[in-house]
Amino acid sequence: MLDTALWISLALIVAALAMNVARLARGPDIPDRLLALDTIYVNSIALIVLLGLWLNTKVYFEAAILIAMLGFVSTMAICRYLLRGDIIE
Amino acid sequence: MSLLWTLLAPVAGSLLPLAAGRRNRRWLTLTALIPPLLALLLLSLTLPELLAGGLPRVQLSWMPALGLDLALRLDGLSLLFALLILGLGSLIIVYAGHYLHRDEPDARFFAYLLLFMGAMLGIVLSDNLLLLWLFWELTGLASFLLIGFWSRLSDARRGARMSLVVTSTGGLALLAGILLIGQEVGSLALGDVLAAGETLRASSRYPLIVALVLFGAFAKSAQFPLHFWLPHAMAAPTPVSAFLHSATMVKAGVFLLARLTPALGDTSLWALSLSLIGLATLLYGAWFALFERDLKGILAFSTISHLGLITLLLGLGSPLAIAAALLHILNHALFKAALFMSAGIIDHQTGTRDLQRLGGLARAMPLTATLTLMATAAMAGLPPFNGFLSKELLLAATLDSRLFGGLGAAVTLLVGLAALLSVGYSLRLAVGVFFGAGRPDEPATHDPSRSMLAPGLLLAALCLLIGLLPMTLAAPLVTLASRAVQGSATPTLDLALWHGPSLPLAISVVAVLGGLVAALRQPQLARIVALFPRRDARWLFEAGVIRLTKASLWLTLRLENGSLQRYLALLLLTAVAMAGLGLAQVERLTGERGVQPLDGMLVLGAALMVFGAVGSALSHRWRLVSLLMLSVVGLSVALTFVRFSAPDLAMTQLSVEVVSMILLMLALFFLPQRPPPWVSTRRILRDLLVAGLCGLVVASLNYALLTRETLSIADFFLRESVPGGGGGNVVNVILVDFRGFDTFGEITVLTLAGLATYKLLNRMKLFMPAGNVEGIHWSRHRHPLILAVIAQILLPLALLVSAYIFLRGHNQPGGGFIAGLITAVALLLQYLARGYDWTRQRLPLSYPLVAVSGLALATATGLASWLFGYPFLTSTFGHFQLPLIGELELASALLFDLGVYLAVVGATLMILVNLGRVTTVHRPSIEEEN
Repeated sequence: MLDTALWISLALIVAALAMNVARLARGPDIPDRLLALDTIYVNSIALIVLLGLWLNTKVYFEAAILIAMLGFVSTMAICRYLLRGDIIE
Repeated sequence: MSLLWTLLAPVAGSLLPLAAGRRNRRWLTLTALIPPLLALLLLSLTLPELLAGGLPRVQLSWMPALGLDLALRLDGLSLLFALLILGLGSLIIVYAGHYLHRDEPDARFFAYLLLFMGAMLGIVLSDNLLLLWLFWELTGLASFLLIGFWSRLSDARRGARMSLVVTSTGGLALLAGILLIGQEVGSLALGDVLAAGETLRASSRYPLIVALVLFGAFAKSAQFPLHFWLPHAMAAPTPVSAFLHSATMVKAGVFLLARLTPALGDTSLWALSLSLIGLATLLYGAWFALFERDLKGILAFSTISHLGLITLLLGLGSPLAIAAALLHILNHALFKAALFMSAGIIDHQTGTRDLQRLGGLARAMPLTATLTLMATAAMAGLPPFNGFLSKELLLAATLDSRLFGGLGAAVTLLVGLAALLSVGYSLRLAVGVFFGAGRPDEPATHDPSRSMLAPGLLLAALCLLIGLLPMTLAAPLVTLASRAVQGSATPTLDLALWHGPSLPLAISVVAVLGGLVAALRQPQLARIVALFPRRDARWLFEAGVIRLTKASLWLTLRLENGSLQRYLALLLLTAVAMAGLGLAQVERLTGERGVQPLDGMLVLGAALMVFGAVGSALSHRWRLVSLLMLSVVGLSVALTFVRFSAPDLAMTQLSVEVVSMILLMLALFFLPQRPPPWVSTRRILRDLLVAGLCGLVVASLNYALLTRETLSIADFFLRESVPGGGGGNVVNVILVDFRGFDTFGEITVLTLAGLATYKLLNRMKLFMPAGNVEGIHWSRHRHPLILAVIAQILLPLALLVSAYIFLRGHNQPGGGFIAGLITAVALLLQYLARGYDWTRQRLPLSYPLVAVSGLALATATGLASWLFGYPFLTSTFGHFQLPLIGELELASALLFDLGVYLAVVGATLMILVNLGRVTTVHRPSIEEEN
């Protein structure tokens, strides 16, 4: 049962990643690409958690936490760069 | 043990004049006299053991693996030289106290002089060849500083550079020779080497060893054709010349020859090289001394000639010749130091050293004239001065020698000719300065103060006394020194001014008469000499130096033209060329393990990575897009680490990714906003080729490596991690324990880089664009509220996670490095959200201090293991029972890890926050409205 669920979610996330990548490649604007990158980060959290479920281990959990906690900081830095140029004022 | 202090007195004492402070010259001179006098006193404490027939030695192990020991000995040869160095050194210090101009940096001068003295003392006292070589190089360095002391004069700089290049090239050859001796003998201890003469002479590498050692010694002792640096070294202040020509530097070469005579001597190769080169140098120096106009120039060429004489005597090699060489080392040192002192006095009082402009000074400067005439007579080898004794011995030894077979008579004739020339140039010097007509516009000169004359007069008196009472004053010392060189073969010296009529005496008389004629006819001779173009090895040397400089400049400009692309291409191509050689055997590329199966996850990750890499290359003209693509690569690398069960690496990669993104955004702001102009297609093709080649080689290497069973040390670490390091997380145990020293080095570098950045950014002001690439003005909202709130909420959580990851790091994924990065990012977020000033007020931490204290903590943890008698950075661990928490395992490595944590936090913030701060002060004033 869990296996099936895993396979389905994996397929969905891969599809999502593919679309993110397409958006990142096509743009057209910087904000589009930035959002695409941020979503790739979000999706990779899911990917890591799935891997943990699949292998039945907790070791990767922290990596997922780290992405969740810090992943958005780089997105934010780019946002500030776009808005104000200087990211630490 | 007092031997060690004898050496340390001048070496460490060289700091004394610097510490003495600038009170006045007399005080400084007295301070500078302390070390040599102390050393003499300590030497006299060792003396009784030597006189009783023993060999006083000190041996401290220094680097036993290299055969280098701090081993000293005092034998007769060392004693002779040590007395000369310390005795003449003290007199020269007294003299220099008067000689130096009032406003010259005299403390520095005395410090260099003492260092020179200590280095030379080290050479003669060394009981280990490698140690001897170290001091040998130190004399080169000290003499460089002294010759170039008047660094405002180009002559001084050139002379210093020339002497350094020539003598240290010789030094390198000597080092090679010493290492070869060490290989043949199996030890570098002097005692072993001197006892292994048979082995060395029988060895097939003996000619090579002799060539290398002689090259070193001849370069130092200014033997023809390596003599050309010595006349230029007279650009030094005269006290330095006096020291350099008498007891130090040039005497190091002949000392080495005498020292190694038992080990290398007694073959025809040794004897012929020494005597022929010595003879050539003897004649060459004497001949050119006759035509010099500069007082110091005459003395310099005379030194070359006398050094040739000593080398010739050492080459002749008979017991009497070696004893004569040692006697002449003593005599030459005495009269040459006195002569340089008098040259300095004459220069000091009249303002010139040019023989053409000097004359008739005997009346004005009677004491100086007495001193100079006595020393000159000794140099010319006239009785009753000491120079006469060694000249007679030289003639006798030449007549006795069987070395040259049928040519023996010719050699004697040449030596007689040299004696004639030396009488000639001595006469010319004495008459030219003190007699004859002076300049008509001569201002009245007079003798300098008594205390400036005293050292020279003392030396001149010694020259006379040794001539009169050689058996009392010189013979014991020379016999002792000779015993150290030739053991039981030492002849019983019979030194006297009058031996009855003999062949050497007859030659002497003829030489003196001939010298008179030569001095009288010198102008005519000089006219004849002037007809020939003067070829000087110095020009060859200078031309060589210029050519070498040009060549290296050319090469540097080719390699370092300021283009980063060029550097990168060169580096990559070098790596490809090196690795490509090994990869040439393509058919053996696949190893025995075969290829691992692919799965969906891998394909996905690889696709993501390739997409990011290609995308960032393609979009390199749009910097921000390129960065976004690069970020994808970073993320997929982290995912790859996860997939291959490396959570530590994944976490590190993720946090580094964030930090470097912030850094790049900060830097991007200061870079030119417009992309660089389009480059030519040819260059793009070239770059593609380089990149493609590089990728191909790296991929093949990876492929070859991954398909092979490699002998890995992983098993050891996996096995030893828990019993040895007390931690379940092997990665962390390796970082803080097994390879703790590496980590220690890394955090040191990190802290240094942070401090350097901090310093560089300190006063920087940069251009700041008022709008982005498209020219749109910046947003007016400085600190969006949502961001500020989220950042604040996140801070405690992130710190908690950071603490958690830090504490469990020893047993599970985590550790100080990752925790440090997390903390740094969480704090940086506050800066991003609320700005520099706001955060600074609430977090008044000095980041340099944080980083340095981290480093200090790590060092202290490492040093603490010394207290328990273990090597640096040994760790320990134990299990503790704590209330509420239960059993807890604590390792000393945890403290080290805390040091890592602090260093990482401090260095990261130091760099990023300061880079961000650069803009804060000078922001264009478009302010927010609310």
